[in-house]
Amino acid sequence: MAKYAFFLGCIMPLRYPGIESSTREVMKSLGVELVDMQGASCCPAPGVMRSFDQTYWMTVAARNLAIAEKMGMDVLTICNGCFDTLFEVAHKLNHDPELRKKINKNLRDAAGMEYGGTVNVRHFVELLYRDVGLEAIRAKVKGGKNLKAAVHYGCHFLKPSNIKKIDDAERPHVFDDIVEAAGMTSLVYKDKGMCCGAGGGVRARTPDVALKMTKENLVNMTAAGAEVIVDCCPFCHLQYDVGEVQLKEFKIPVLHLSQLLGLAFGLEKDKLGLEVHQVKVNL
Amino acid sequence: MAEAKEPNPEFTRKVVEAGGKTVNLCFQCGTCTGSCPSGRQTAFRVRKVVRRAQLGFEEDVLPSEDLWLCTTCFTCYERCPRGVEIVDIIMALRNMAVRKGYMAEAHRKVAKGICETGHLVTLRDEDKALRKKLGLQETPPTVFSHAEALEQMKKIAAVCGFDKLVASGGK
Repeated sequence: MAKYAFFLGCIMPLRYPGIESSTREVMKSLGVELVDMQGASCCPAPGVMRSFDQTYWMTVAARNLAIAEKMGMDVLTICNGCFDTLFEVAHKLNHDPELRKKINKNLRDAAGMEYGGTVNVRHFVELLYRDVGLEAIRAKVKGGKNLKAAVHYGCHFLKPSNIKKIDDAERPHVFDDIVEAAGMTSLVYKDKGMCCGAGGGVRARTPDVALKMTKENLVNMTAAGAEVIVDCCPFCHLQYDVGEVQLKEFKIPVLHLSQLLGLAFGLEKDKLGLEVHQVKVNL
Repeated sequence: MAEAKEPNPEFTRKVVEAGGKTVNLCFQCGTCTGSCPSGRQTAFRVRKVVRRAQLGFEEDVLPSEDLWLCTTCFTCYERCPRGVEIVDIIMALRNMAVRKGYMAEAHRKVAKGICETGHLVTLRDEDKALRKKLGLQETPPTVFSHAEALEQMKKIAAVCGFDKLVASGGK
């Protein structure tokens, strides 16, 4: 059984813990063992922390990577923001010994820790596609409804593609393929692949601007007949789920892929934590 | 007639050193602006931010609200025909801007949160109750469960001068 250091981040465990319980259940049923990272922190979030101070951003990320390194495991995350920070910092530190030396000096002085540059960071959608495989997912599906799904990739799962090398950033398919393997129909819609609006500190600083981008996506998803929005990032998830309520005119339920797979695999509904969703989920 | 501004290569060099190493490759085609989801909704033109950085117009670019309308979606970065790493340039400029005191209170609060708790989001009683109901550990096994981990986080903020930057608002 493959083992990964499970990176929780902030929004999932604290605002949508149903994504966490679904991820744990779904991964277990697919033969992926998740081990907790004791004492891990915020990744830290690429929007505000990278914008303020890239040295601090890299040092905190290096601390999280060092925890996984000590466990002897690669990191698994279910969040695009955490993936962006941890993947990008691991990429820099694993390939640039001079930079690693500089960041390690901070890490040693502050925490008595060191990062050796050996950890790989995995996003669960990419892990499901490459390692678990569509066949294994299909084999777990217990039936249920075939919903018309608007898949939202978000930005930092695939981009920057020159280092992430997961799929074509303009016309990706891996996430759609998983949703279809789970028995759903993945819709084509206008400007699929556009940002939800929340990233880069825009949601915190200018929420009205973020919401305008969210609305454009929701209009396009509605026009395509979406019955459910499926995301792979708790921050996009929050932006859609809260945004729909703020905009008042939309009622499309929002599910993280872990929750959608939980439904398709026939997990008990009370394990999915859907009651905290702002948009009522009645699927 | 208005006087033409003089370029300031010294500032451009600072942008390069702070991580915007591809800034001089831009030839102003505007593919970035045409691809920008934020620019569709606002007057933000990412091409102009890059041009101002390239010419060293520090006083135009660092105080600008435009700098903070980028969601870092990387669409421009992907499509740029010159390989300009636009998000890296924005990040370098933002790092410089906050040190000049251009730090929004909303962002300062977020940064204060990580300094004090190690997370961006608070742990409320209702979160603990739901976690318990879902069969999860009530308090996540993160810094919330480990006092020594929070101490390490505070020391990292001190070693990097991040706590002071946040407390002072860069001023």
